[in-house]
Amino acid sequence: MDLVSSLALGFSVALDPVNILYCFIGVLLGTLVGVLPGIGPTATIAMLLPITFTLGPATALIMLAGIYYGAQYGGSTTAILINLPGESSSAVTAIDGYQMARQGRAGQALATAAIGSFFAGSVATLLLAFFAPPLARAALNFGAPEYFSLIVLGLLVSIALAHGSILKALAMIVLGLLLGMVGQDIYTGTPRFTFGVRELFGGLNFVAVAVGVFGIAEILRNLENETEREVGVKKVTNLWLTREDFGRIWAPILRGTGLGSVLGILPGGGHILSSFASYSAEKRLSKNPQEFGKGAIEGVAGPESANNAAAQTSFIPLMTLGIPAHPVMALMVGAFILQGITPGPNVINEQPALFWGIIASMWIGNLLLIILNLPLIGLWVKMLSIPYRVLFPAIVLFACIGTYSINQNIYDVYAIAFFAMVGYLLIRFGCEPAPLLLGFVLGPLLEEHLRRAMIISRGDPMIFVTRPISATLLLLALAAVLVAVLPAIRRKRQEVFVEDD
Amino acid sequence: MALNASRDDLAAGAIFVAFGSFFALEAMKYEFGTPFRMGPGFMPILLGGILVALGIAVAAKGFGKPETGSGPAWPWRGIVLVLGTILFFAATIRGLGFVPVVLTTALVTALSSRRNSWLAALVIALGLTMLCYLIFVVGLGMIVPLFGPWLSF
Repeated sequence: MDLVSSLALGFSVALDPVNILYCFIGVLLGTLVGVLPGIGPTATIAMLLPITFTLGPATALIMLAGIYYGAQYGGSTTAILINLPGESSSAVTAIDGYQMARQGRAGQALATAAIGSFFAGSVATLLLAFFAPPLARAALNFGAPEYFSLIVLGLLVSIALAHGSILKALAMIVLGLLLGMVGQDIYTGTPRFTFGVRELFGGLNFVAVAVGVFGIAEILRNLENETEREVGVKKVTNLWLTREDFGRIWAPILRGTGLGSVLGILPGGGHILSSFASYSAEKRLSKNPQEFGKGAIEGVAGPESANNAAAQTSFIPLMTLGIPAHPVMALMVGAFILQGITPGPNVINEQPALFWGIIASMWIGNLLLIILNLPLIGLWVKMLSIPYRVLFPAIVLFACIGTYSINQNIYDVYAIAFFAMVGYLLIRFGCEPAPLLLGFVLGPLLEEHLRRAMIISRGDPMIFVTRPISATLLLLALAAVLVAVLPAIRRKRQEVFVEDD
Repeated sequence: MALNASRDDLAAGAIFVAFGSFFALEAMKYEFGTPFRMGPGFMPILLGGILVALGIAVAAKGFGKPETGSGPAWPWRGIVLVLGTILFFAATIRGLGFVPVVLTTALVTALSSRRNSWLAALVIALGLTMLCYLIFVVGLGMIVPLFGPWLSF
């Protein structure tokens, strides 16, 4: 199948006026939540999932994808202007971006971030278009044992990349897996952990879990210590880069794109890791490393390109294997399922218009983002002055109404409160919420494939190591855990994530 | 307290142990099955056991770690008001209908921040109710009575 005709099909879908409109709404909302600290793409996508019901599958997914990569753009704006990363992945951008802003070069920093992001996003989308089809073809040969091992790999790698204690991350995954088992058993129909409540037979609503753990728990966290943000830069002037600036940023952008594209595929915080990796690489390669931390433009260009490239390539595992790389992708799985499509290797053949449409829409989205972010920067600066005390009641309301409107099920709303409390406690005690959500989404899949594999092998667990692909995947998973617990890497990890809290 | 341990680790471990034992004990009621044909209880018992073990390990690692201070103050007002209004929303959305429930939820949530005065909270609540009405009822055609059966005389 040639790439050109596939992409032509994709663009015919993505250039449909309705889809352009929703792509625009997606990137607009994404930029907005990226700019506003206290609400991230995970909670936003969870809250907006119900809204996408009425849309067609392609339109819905184009919009949700737009929110995700739009948030990567918006996050950098906040990082540069007020030294507060709107998204964790732009924490690094704040280091030099904010210094540039203080020296009156906010415009150049924003322009660099936008150009880097646009370039990286476009290249990474092309990579996605190149590598997704062969991967999907390979995945078609996967049976239950391979899928089981793949899920194990995904879960364990996400720990290796998570910050904080590995034990806690493991426990969060297992807790997520268990929560995913609430509801009727797939083979026997036995209701499990439902307390006899009929509404729970279909399982816990994952929108409720995501909104509770990521949205409401975060609000409680912010109420601990209420401070208003200060916008240091009121007006942004002069977005033009000089010839000298261009000379300094092109190489970091290229390197950042490469790093981000590779790391983005990894489960867990690939986009966060990639921006940190790019920053340290640029600092090491620079002729004047002492400038870093004092407003080096390379320190903005590299990480911004890296996190945007990673945001795009993290769609690869989702679109080809149906395995989400991180919580936002887990929600995308939910979006696929709500639309009646099982994400996985079959999507590309059974729904080529959807598959290529989403990919093509990413180019359009990236283009819309650069238009939205550069000329309209003044608008976003204004947005920054919305006080949090107005914002969070809106988040609570949207969470409740949105979740309730999915199934008109009040137990879903009770679940929000429950998971908000559990999530808040666990976050407060130093546990990361992301592995929990990954476990929750992958739990039913893990159990299904494990049980199916065991039926195939007549109860012999050796099936996972005698099949070559499955064995390789498990070995990789083991390697990921070993790498994470090795002392040298542990120290490095702490260094990398230390500024991310 | 003279406890030489990280209280966060102990608390996190305790939560994991509690959840793990709940799932494992509850799953005892379901058919366990054999590895060949796993019953509905197989995975939950296995994973519940693992979670209990991990919880103990998390807590054990907390011992010997220096206590790092008690962390920020608990936002009691926020916890009670925010979670309370979510429960209120769930309990009354069918009976009271969209407008009263959304208005109350917004008002009380806004008040959970010490920075909002009564007047500010009222303004926020009115504005948000309008906004939610426009988005969900007008825009998305959500089917919900504006004033529920409890309010019809």
